[in-house]
Amino acid sequence: MFKSYDDLSDVQIDVLREIGNIGAGNAATALATILNEKVDISVPKVRISGFDEAVNALGGAETLSVGVLVDFFGEARGMMMFLLKLDEAKNIMDVLIHDDDGETDENGLSEMKLSAIKEVGNILSASYINSLSVLTGLTINVSIPGVAIDMVGALMDVPIIEFGSIGDKVMFIEESFLGETNDISSNIIMFAEMETLKVIMERLGLEL
Amino acid sequence: MSEKLVVGISDYKKAKGTGMLVTYALGSCVGICLYDKQAKVGGLSHIMLPDSAMFANVETNRMKFADTALPDLYAELKAMGANPARLTAKIAGGAQMFQTSASSKIGQIGERNVKMVKQVLAALKIPIIAEDTGANYGRTVFFDVADGSVKIQSLNRIVREM
Repeated sequence: MFKSYDDLSDVQIDVLREIGNIGAGNAATALATILNEKVDISVPKVRISGFDEAVNALGGAETLSVGVLVDFFGEARGMMMFLLKLDEAKNIMDVLIHDDDGETDENGLSEMKLSAIKEVGNILSASYINSLSVLTGLTINVSIPGVAIDMVGALMDVPIIEFGSIGDKVMFIEESFLGETNDISSNIIMFAEMETLKVIMERLGLEL
Repeated sequence: MSEKLVVGISDYKKAKGTGMLVTYALGSCVGICLYDKQAKVGGLSHIMLPDSAMFANVETNRMKFADTALPDLYAELKAMGANPARLTAKIAGGAQMFQTSASSKIGQIGERNVKMVKQVLAALKIPIIAEDTGANYGRTVFFDVADGSVKIQSLNRIVREM
């Protein structure tokens, strides 16, 4: 029986990696369209790690980053986070919004740019979840996005608390986007409830 | 420079005489510094969730929850020579990082963490002498066991002493 993320078999981890690949592939297509730029994706990583290791894997607790968080719910439950360093967020916004003379905040982003980055995160998460839904036939809804600029550790607190309440590990599927001409490196990360992983495996014909 | 001890998520550490206890980037989690100034014995706890009772039927890390971590740390500090009657607390964290999570089971978790920490400290009769909690930003805590001073560092915000 499937009680903790550690119980996932190699075959199941391969399935999750493939889900990540398809989800992030869809999201990358959306990002490429938004930015009018070729976007490459990394090989997906499925991480099952302790809380501190999870934060370190994403750049370290105190790294200044922008996170866009979307909850998904319905027949599958989890969270998507679009996570990128502040400088990379600024690069993406420079590609997207050329003439913005709005007042910038303490992080050097205008309200318009912050709102745009939230929308980019929203679109990428929705593309990812949409592909998961198509693949599994599950009905999945997504929440409105939330955006925050802070230390990675503080941003990651939210999914870690949500999915680390039982056991001492979290599972997430992580992929990076890389732009061909502009430095727009960023990550899309999916967290899912154990029950959801079970349902996904069943839908794909794998028993747990 | 005194020795730096890093406290992870769902963890606590103690020191006596000297030592800098540090925990990085508290979001909705709460950091609790307990200190006996006379004995120079202190501990820093980084809790993630308020209540272990929700997970009573599973084996879990007691340092994750306010209701188990704090009594455990209290007992260990006492064993190290702290006088429970002299213990004081400084607490930080418990932010709400994102304005979303409509579907989340754990909405307002930062606030609930802070509330439970206060309840548990009250039950242990430990007064809270400084607090920097809530709002929507992360905090790193530096706790110097040599003198009990606590510094809070946040993004774009100056280091605050408390």
